[in-house]
Amino acid sequence: MSALFEFLLRQGDNALVLSHRVSEWCGHAPVLEEDIALANTALDLIGQTQMWLGLAGEIEDKGRNADDLAFLRDVWDFRNLLLVERPNGDFGHTMMRQFLFDAFNVAHLDKLKGSSDTRIAEIAEKAAKEAAYHLERSGDTVIGLGDGTEESHARMQTALDALWPYVGEMFENDKTSAEIAAAGIAPEPSSLRDTWEASVYPALEAATLTRPDSSFAQRGGKTGTMHTEHLGHILCEMQWLQRAYPGATW
Amino acid sequence: MVKVLPTVDQVWRWLDQVPDPEIPAISLVDLGIIRDVSYSSETLDVTITPTYSGCPATSIIRLDIETALQDHGVRDYRISHQLSPAWTTDWMSDKGRAKLEKFGIAPPQPAGGPDHCPRCKSTKVQRISQFGSTPCKSQWQCSDCLEPFDYFKCI
Repeated sequence: MSALFEFLLRQGDNALVLSHRVSEWCGHAPVLEEDIALANTALDLIGQTQMWLGLAGEIEDKGRNADDLAFLRDVWDFRNLLLVERPNGDFGHTMMRQFLFDAFNVAHLDKLKGSSDTRIAEIAEKAAKEAAYHLERSGDTVIGLGDGTEESHARMQTALDALWPYVGEMFENDKTSAEIAAAGIAPEPSSLRDTWEASVYPALEAATLTRPDSSFAQRGGKTGTMHTEHLGHILCEMQWLQRAYPGATW
Repeated sequence: MVKVLPTVDQVWRWLDQVPDPEIPAISLVDLGIIRDVSYSSETLDVTITPTYSGCPATSIIRLDIETALQDHGVRDYRISHQLSPAWTTDWMSDKGRAKLEKFGIAPPQPAGGPDHCPRCKSTKVQRISQFGSTPCKSQWQCSDCLEPFDYFKCI
């Protein structure tokens, strides 16, 4: 697997898996406005998935399009962060996960706009606008709920504590990222940490939440070596139709 | 027989008659998503850009453009997608903005929110949600006439 293909899978799979998770709220969100907001966020992410996986298919050059990559790969072929496959939990938990990822996505896409690969720079330019809007909303929600009632504050703190071990993986470098960075295609993930902290820490403070004092990181998602058991369940639902009726179109 | 090809201006006028499938009050040209109309030899090239990357209307828009061209007898055409420069509401025409307002949708503003209610014109407005019934809109409400209304997000 080429480093570029692997990098594009990471981009596409993050958007795809998070989109699926967020879409699980459709029809179940606490209020109508939030339901619509979550569905719209999922829709933007699906659009970004199509761009990233579409390009991945072109780079791989084996005749696979974005749909093939989304529906016909199994767990071990996915390269998404463990963070995005975590179950939704309650609404606050979902928004905390979204916030932690949005801040990373915005910092990353901003750098990708200057990628040496113009196709990647163009996708990033498009996706960055949407991601910035997502971050504005998830950040406001985290602050509103964290600095809200006793109940909402406690739930947001629980969410932050539960998700914190999944933060570190976003910033881990490896052989793939080193090769991609050397070619000027994307920054090393570790270089994004400062920007991420500058956007996340003040918001957590405004939300009156306590940042866990641990740098322990769960890993294995973006390298595909060890996903959580949750990814298989997501794929089971997402890929069911293509597996039951191979090649079905409508 | 010498075949007379429609001029580029003529094609722009035809496309200005094609309504946006989700907000039919304005045309595809008003929306600013038709980026280029040109000929390479006798093939008509129409370049479009998506509003939001996941907007489900994109494939319908393509189909509507094809239908409009075919209805006007154009057979030799090519429709291509362009991502960069990314679509911005700055490309919306003044005519489009006026039509949106008349339709009851507040047009995009550089300030990031509507400056008045499209119905009663009151400047006392508040945001209800950052998202709305389509990816390109958010929900607002007028504090005077109390009517909720759509605002075309500025991106």
